Amino acid sequence: MAAVQDGQLNMEVEKDIKTEITNDGSGNINANSSSPGSTSSGGKSKSPAGSGEDQQTLLAVLQFLKRNKLTESVDILRREAGLSADADDSPVSDSAGAGSGGVPNVSADGGDANSLLSRVSIATPFAPPATAPPKVVAASGGEDQPDVNVVLSAYSQQGDPVLYPLYYNGLKKFIESVLDCHRAELSQVFYPLFVHMYLELVYNNHENEAKQFFEKFSGDQECYYEEDLRILSSMSKKEHMKGNETMLDFRTSKFVLRISRDSYQLLKRHLQERQNNQIWNIIQEHLYIDIFDGMPRSKSQIDAMSGSLAGEGKRDANKAKVFYGLLKEPEIEVPLDDEDEEAENEEGKPKKKKPKKDSMGSKSKKQDPNAPQQTRIPLPELKDSDKLDKIMNMKEATKKIRLGPDNLPSICFYSFLNAYQGLTAVDFTDDSSLIAGGFADSTVRVWSVTPKKLRRVKSAADLSNIDKESDDVLERIMDEKTASESKILYGHSGPVYGISFSPDRNYLLSSSEDGTVRLWSLQTFTCLVGYKGHNYPVWDTQFSPYGYYFISGGHDRVARLWATDHYQPLRMFAGHLADITCTLFHPNSNYVATGSADRTIRLWDVLTGNCVRILTGHKGPIHSLAFSPNGKFMASGATDGRVLLWDVGHGLMVGELKGHTDTIYALKFSRDGEILASGSMDNTVKLWDTLKAFDDVELDDFTAATGHIHLPENSQELLLGTYMTKSTPVIHLHFTRRNLLLAAGAYNP
Amino acid sequence: MAEERRPKQCTVVLPTESMKAMAESIGVGQLQEESCAALSEEVSYRIKEIAQDALKFMHHGKRRKLTTSDIDHALKLKNVEPLYGFQSQEFIPFRFASGGGRELHFYEEKEVDLSDIINTPLPRVPLDVSLKAHWLSIEGVQPAIPENPPPAPKEQQKAESTEPLKVVKPGQEEEGSIQKGQGAISAEAKGKKEGLMRMKPRSTHELSVEQQLYYKEITEACVGSCEAKRAEALQSIATDPGLYQMLPRFSTFISEGVRVNVVQNNLALLIYLMRMVKALMDNPTLYLEKYLHELIPAVVTCIVSKQLCLRPDVDNHWALRDFAARLMAQSCKTFSTTTNNIQSRITKTFTKSWLDEKTQWTTRYGCIAGLSELGPDVIKTLILPRLTVEGARIKAVSEGPVVSNIDKIGADHVQSLLLKHCASVIAKTRPLPDNMEQYRADYGYLGPTLCSHVVKARAQAALQAQQVNRTTLTITQPRPTLTVSQSGIGGSGGSRSPSIIKVPSSLTLMSTRPGTPTQPSPPATKYIVMATSAGASSTQQVLDGSLVITLSSSSGSSVTSTVASATSTLQPLVKLESRAASGLGGSRPLQKYIVVSLPTSASSSLESKSGMLPPSSSSTSPISLEAGMKMDHTGCVPNGTLLPI
Repeated sequence: MAAVQDGQLNMEVEKDIKTEITNDGSGNINANSSSPGSTSSGGKSKSPAGSGEDQQTLLAVLQFLKRNKLTESVDILRREAGLSADADDSPVSDSAGAGSGGVPNVSADGGDANSLLSRVSIATPFAPPATAPPKVVAASGGEDQPDVNVVLSAYSQQGDPVLYPLYYNGLKKFIESVLDCHRAELSQVFYPLFVHMYLELVYNNHENEAKQFFEKFSGDQECYYEEDLRILSSMSKKEHMKGNETMLDFRTSKFVLRISRDSYQLLKRHLQERQNNQIWNIIQEHLYIDIFDGMPRSKSQIDAMSGSLAGEGKRDANKAKVFYGLLKEPEIEVPLDDEDEEAENEEGKPKKKKPKKDSMGSKSKKQDPNAPQQTRIPLPELKDSDKLDKIMNMKEATKKIRLGPDNLPSICFYSFLNAYQGLTAVDFTDDSSLIAGGFADSTVRVWSVTPKKLRRVKSAADLSNIDKESDDVLERIMDEKTASESKILYGHSGPVYGISFSPDRNYLLSSSEDGTVRLWSLQTFTCLVGYKGHNYPVWDTQFSPYGYYFISGGHDRVARLWATDHYQPLRMFAGHLADITCTLFHPNSNYVATGSADRTIRLWDVLTGNCVRILTGHKGPIHSLAFSPNGKFMASGATDGRVLLWDVGHGLMVGELKGHTDTIYALKFSRDGEILASGSMDNTVKLWDTLKAFDDVELDDFTAATGHIHLPENSQELLLGTYMTKSTPVIHLHFTRRNLLLAAGAYNP
Repeated sequence: MAEERRPKQCTVVLPTESMKAMAESIGVGQLQEESCAALSEEVSYRIKEIAQDALKFMHHGKRRKLTTSDIDHALKLKNVEPLYGFQSQEFIPFRFASGGGRELHFYEEKEVDLSDIINTPLPRVPLDVSLKAHWLSIEGVQPAIPENPPPAPKEQQKAESTEPLKVVKPGQEEEGSIQKGQGAISAEAKGKKEGLMRMKPRSTHELSVEQQLYYKEITEACVGSCEAKRAEALQSIATDPGLYQMLPRFSTFISEGVRVNVVQNNLALLIYLMRMVKALMDNPTLYLEKYLHELIPAVVTCIVSKQLCLRPDVDNHWALRDFAARLMAQSCKTFSTTTNNIQSRITKTFTKSWLDEKTQWTTRYGCIAGLSELGPDVIKTLILPRLTVEGARIKAVSEGPVVSNIDKIGADHVQSLLLKHCASVIAKTRPLPDNMEQYRADYGYLGPTLCSHVVKARAQAALQAQQVNRTTLTITQPRPTLTVSQSGIGGSGGSRSPSIIKVPSSLTLMSTRPGTPTQPSPPATKYIVMATSAGASSTQQVLDGSLVITLSSSSGSSVTSTVASATSTLQPLVKLESRAASGLGGSRPLQKYIVVSLPTSASSSLESKSGMLPPSSSSTSPISLEAGMKMDHTGCVPNGTLLPI
């Protein structure tokens, strides 16, 4: 579906998007998709679109849509509703129809999911749809409160509070007594069970019992749940449960566990024998057990994948096909530069061919089978200046240094002095000529790191005096008098947390605590647009590699896709259970990755708005993401100090890089993807051998099908180098076109 | 798992008394206990919630410290009006008071005189954010430049020398701790693998071409004839972070150098080598322990050698002995441990040769100097009991038949050295009155002179205290550099008696220099104090251009108060320096502070006993020489290298 339209169509487009979001959210109704102002609804009424999705709301929406003559949407919605009614357990996002755009493989996926579900007899009788994003909200009036109550009331089932510890203990004993191979798998049950039992106790006003329960068993939980436990522990009264986001997350989204069939049977038999209904109920109501056939997984396999707020991603959540290939580069004649030829007569030519073959050659000749259709999403047309830039890029690329374990890049470190801990975000332009910093004092500063100073366009009055016929008119419009090495952009009213240059270096985006994303012109050094939509801090924003589009994500848990010429978002990606902490475009611009404080990474399809990947495994909020240049792999870094590597196509974790001791704020692949650089709060830059990391992974059919990957034991072999700064946390990394690594951070005496 | 690491989390609740106190503060009297309990739970929960949100802002602000603004933003998230206008850069100093059965935490608010604030000149505008680039790594190798951390931190150098097998790549040491935190992957298998990998020794013994060049330049400059070059080279040795690879070479250079030059009696070179030792010791990034076996013999040689110069009767080799003795004392202080027993071994060596009847006067002098530098305790237990014997020996030389001129000079020096060191100790420990006869009985031949010295020392102390009081009163003008003088007071107040808190010279220092401390306006009598390590306070100093050594702690204590005030005058400077020096290496110009030549009022009455003159005036510039003299006279202990402007 065309994301970019204009004029009257706009309204309709908006609607479509809304309904899509609705659908993706697996039956969640966004009753407020009415007006263009509806963005606010995505905002932040924290109530979850409740459970069961009462038919009433559905009908109301249908009526509303009919009134507005949005028949297409009505149809889709009907189909959706019907489906979810039939299945009695609405499957997750993937099976949802994909709007008018329609992805060919959706139906297949849906079928798959359904068959899987039918096989899994777990599907609970009265379960509300799982993984309902609590965010996209019925904002219609007083719905909030009832919703919360609906959510909470599920806890109203009473059991004898005194018996809870006994139940839990009994299960614990049982699991400890089973065979080793099953124990690890079944141990996964502990944490969600513990949480829900605790919440039940709290909800039913057994405060003391809850406390005792917590004290007794909180120590048994895996250490990476510590953060959540802390939040949980502070919740000791029923009143606290209202409005607590974490609690709602637990309640509204089912905790997903992957368990082998054998282990599951074991558990089921045990619980049924013991007549342990309390636990059985919780398992049925609040847990989603994804059963697979085959060998039970080992402890390390489970540990690698667990850690997220709502368990692992379901296997079928990662089934959708992702076109991770790169788009075909437009054919641009590279005029052979005379100087170049003279300078490197022998070397220059063959080199010029080579990288082309490797990086772009295959695609420029024939379409990469994994690449999306060239026109899958509309992309802005190349301007002449872009073409020039591309040519420059290619020329630079010929001078690129081949990196490898024996040929490490040089690192140039840009220290921000006197920043007084106020530096919050940094970005470099692709050609490394400009550097921008976002600061806690609401300013954005742009520096030129080349001798070329920053010049702004002259004022209108001065411009009128210019001879427009002259050849160097483009030079003349620039104001030479105010040229300086750096410029300051004022406009935000809160710390600037995200910053991104447009690929053509004409614009700069910044996102801030004040809830806005601002677009700045680097010609006039003024603010052009303030994009309002997020009502809460916007943690990150990022331009598409082709410009025009950008993505933003923040505290309201919704990632929004914008186009620079629309003041409203084109897409809203809802599904994360906590703040979206970082956002990134796929190199082909068809997908968007978001990292979140719920410790998952999601990959969204820009075209359909669907969530196509849920990647779990981090044990802390994710603060950095990077795609490999070929689009096939992704790296992510989190507060737990680990870098995880992902195969985007298969949706699998393929590597774990340990070594940092603090939050990783910066990740970047080298231009050829051979080396991954990571920068952290622990004042180090580390270089990793990704070529080896990706080679080591053996992807046979079994692992690809089940997602049970054996990670190489020792990530130290992949570590190529550690470079310590004096006292400067590394918050941004960038590879220049010649593979020189630039790093940036604020010196922190 | 991980039970021990996890504190009890669910029990932390504000005490109900706090609720009561808060209720009372807004006029609600009798709040019931249950309401208090309910309130406190609710409040605790909300506070925790806000704190958790505030953490998010901290993480996104890429900081490790939570600030008040984070909490403001978290409040804003919850639609609560943040506290406007409440900013605290540092921690909030809550005070605690209890009484009448109640306990109270409160925030102390000082009364502020507005006119004071108005009259205070505006503080300097903070510097604007600026960008600076440096090479963190060049093709995989981190260059040893000031912007980068020392290639091998001191701890690692230590680990390397003590546990060579455990050495890993820098930055990898923490691996183990993460592992524990993760608790996930089989740590044992990993440990084994790493253990195998670590077997490979990685300390390289080859110097790069640049390092070889540097080494050559530095050593040449250190022993060359150009004083300016030498100053630079020593400065480089004392501050450069990347020298650890060259340390074995330097150490050998010094030890061989001393060996050769002692034989050749080349005093100047010995002095230069000792200054190198000093510079090495001043370098905070070097782990010297490994090379003490070469350095200590060299230093001790310079203290006790029979002959250090060609003309012992003319050349001032005494100064070298004093300087080396101070170096020895410093290394005892820093490096002596229960395993290596440096101090006791050194003390034994000195005592043994001192007790030997046949020992020459020069060696005798060295032994006494070495011992007395080790502190008043050593003087008390080892030197004072031997004063009588030593006095008799001096008497034999000075009053007996003239044996040789050299012996006489030696005896003179030993006498003055003994007087200097002992007088200060005695002045402190011996009760009044100072009876000449009594002294003679106790200390033999040296008694009477010693007595007069002690009397002088006591008088000096009293005079100094008086002077201090007087001058403090006269100088009451508003201080342009508030912090500086404050830190001076703080520095002296901590260790000295309160009467010396307000030091005249410190104020003089400030008031004569109205400008900002970074703008030198140099008349001839001003000297820049460059930073040296603050830890070495009050032991010894190298005045640039000449080996001028001022009073050390023990020598100075004969004039207790003078020295006390002097050190305290300099303390603010030291503080400032260390702050300035901790800036990002050479990224900013080193802040320079100017010491106005210190007040001479006190010095006139003080007979300088240190008797240290610049050893070879040929190699000193006149200004620094003057500086040396001045410092010497006042008995001040500047804690830094003085450079002529």
